[in-house]
Amino acid sequence: MIQHLIILPVLVHLITGTVNLFFWGKPQPQRVMSLLGTFTAMLIAFALFNQVRSEGVMVMHAANWKAPFGISFVADTFSSSMVLFTSFAGFAVSLFSAAGISAVRAQYAFYPIFHFLLMGLNGAFLTGDLFNLYVWFEVIIMASFVLITLGGSKAQMEGGVKYVSLNLLASVIFLTAIAIVYGLTGTLNLADLAITLPNIKNQGLINITALLFFIGFGIKSAVFPLYFWLPSSYHTPPSAVAAIFAGLLTKVGVYAMLRMFTLLFHPDDFMTAIILIISLGTMLTGALGAIIKTDLKRMFSYLIICHIGYMVGGLALFTQAALGGAVFYLFHDMMIKTNLFLIAGVIKKIRGTTNMPKLGGLYHSYPKFALLVAIVIFSLAGTPPLSGFWPKIYLFQAGFANTSWASNYYVIGLIFSSLITLYVLAKMWKDVFWKKQPDTQIHVPDHFQPLSFMKKLSLILPIVFLASITLYIGLDAERVLTVANDIAKEMLNPKPYIKAVLGHL
Amino acid sequence: MKNIILRTATAYLIPLLLLFSVFLLLRGHYHPGGGFVGGLVASIAFVLHGFAFKMQNTLRLMKFHPSKFIPVGLSVSIISSILPMFFKKPVMTGLWLNKPLPILGNVGTSLFFDIGVYLVVIGVTLNILFTISDSGQQ
Repeated sequence: MIQHLIILPVLVHLITGTVNLFFWGKPQPQRVMSLLGTFTAMLIAFALFNQVRSEGVMVMHAANWKAPFGISFVADTFSSSMVLFTSFAGFAVSLFSAAGISAVRAQYAFYPIFHFLLMGLNGAFLTGDLFNLYVWFEVIIMASFVLITLGGSKAQMEGGVKYVSLNLLASVIFLTAIAIVYGLTGTLNLADLAITLPNIKNQGLINITALLFFIGFGIKSAVFPLYFWLPSSYHTPPSAVAAIFAGLLTKVGVYAMLRMFTLLFHPDDFMTAIILIISLGTMLTGALGAIIKTDLKRMFSYLIICHIGYMVGGLALFTQAALGGAVFYLFHDMMIKTNLFLIAGVIKKIRGTTNMPKLGGLYHSYPKFALLVAIVIFSLAGTPPLSGFWPKIYLFQAGFANTSWASNYYVIGLIFSSLITLYVLAKMWKDVFWKKQPDTQIHVPDHFQPLSFMKKLSLILPIVFLASITLYIGLDAERVLTVANDIAKEMLNPKPYIKAVLGHL
Repeated sequence: MKNIILRTATAYLIPLLLLFSVFLLLRGHYHPGGGFVGGLVASIAFVLHGFAFKMQNTLRLMKFHPSKFIPVGLSVSIISSILPMFFKKPVMTGLWLNKPLPILGNVGTSLFFDIGVYLVVIGVTLNILFTISDSGQQ
């Protein structure tokens, strides 16, 4: 079975989703099936990660058509670790949905679509073909469009339309870029492109295509100035859905960007400056947006944007430290952002709202929950031994090592937005946990207290699970750093990847 | 629609369209056609029946709700694409019978993959159209 391991993360979600379709309208068996499916996916992802770490890059040629003619699936350290972290988030959200998704939603296609979304994500991480990557992006968009509008309230429709129109625009730009690349080279296999692209005479056109890719993935990962769809759509769906979006959807854009701009295109001075300025804008707008928002979910949405800027900037600096830092931050961010939206979901259950002025007194009524949230918040703010601290050190190091003017601005933006993040989180802590509950809100019923023990467990356990992974990333940073550094080395020297796919260089 | 010409023509067209859809499905491996087009043509047959005799009667004629086709078709496709894994070949590799069958010709897993696509397309198309006509009547 070892040689099939690479496709199993895709298949397990496809099969779980399809089996769930047979149980249309029966939430209970779907919940059990979904938990089983995501748990199996986690085991498979572990096995794949171990296999790749010990044996090197794994390749599968679908339908036995050899590269560059068929579609290759490639698992190197980067993609297999992305699959691993996706499986953690998937398991946590599946557990959370058992109590966090209403029976009405679960009766319709919530679980099947959730699994098709995870399938699309895993496919996008594992594919080694540019057009296949586009197809997985479409799978992701369609699945997430259904998830965001499921329930059919007016706010959801509005958010859904903004979300899907901007993302379809991104897909069109992405597809145009693919067409140009195919016209220039006659191949779409990533490894083959990595060899043929530098030999094309018309390098000007290739640079423009690189920009088109950057715009396409930029919209998907919500970088400045094309981020506005994110805060206006992420607060509308239920928290479980928003959590999976926040943790994984923008990150798949960052993944694609990191993959394209290390394997196919190498940023020249002009591109580096542009990407750094964009990342600066992303950090600043995200941070400043987060200050003024009073709704928890909207505030977290702006924090997502703010921290996308860190990773994009790391890509532009293009040294081993910067890429390692960006990848480390990506892992840390996937876990944290998923967790933040799950926490917002529990707060909504407890107090009936996520509006910060109306919240308060949670520290008094739920001290253990407050402690749990504190772990997540301290990790996000980057307090030294915790997970947000390590990648930032690397990013600072890389920023200082590069002496160009754009990189100076990047470092300033990094410091500024880190401080703002700290301020925003402190304000949130004060408003939600320390402040006394406003008198007008005292009579609002608590929907968390009367829940059965099992339901409480299924809401809290995923937060504990993700928080402990965050703690692990922070406290055993040595091991994660080794992985991140290996990934950065793979990015700077893609020869093993190319050799594994094509069989020659 | 109480149109006698449409109703009479539909009675003759439905078997023709269904046969044509199966023809397209089987032809698809080397020639234009395949599960997707075949499925669309087959769903046209049912939609035509729905126009002539009302959608409720079409549902009664089909015995199953079209949404049941989707998981069945998906399962057929999935099984046919993971079957090669048990013969130590990559996913979706075509496995073929050694001898061609009479009438059908050479049968392989790709035929079953296409049959799955055929069923999913029928299921999705009819599900959408029935839902729209339902909400139109309310």
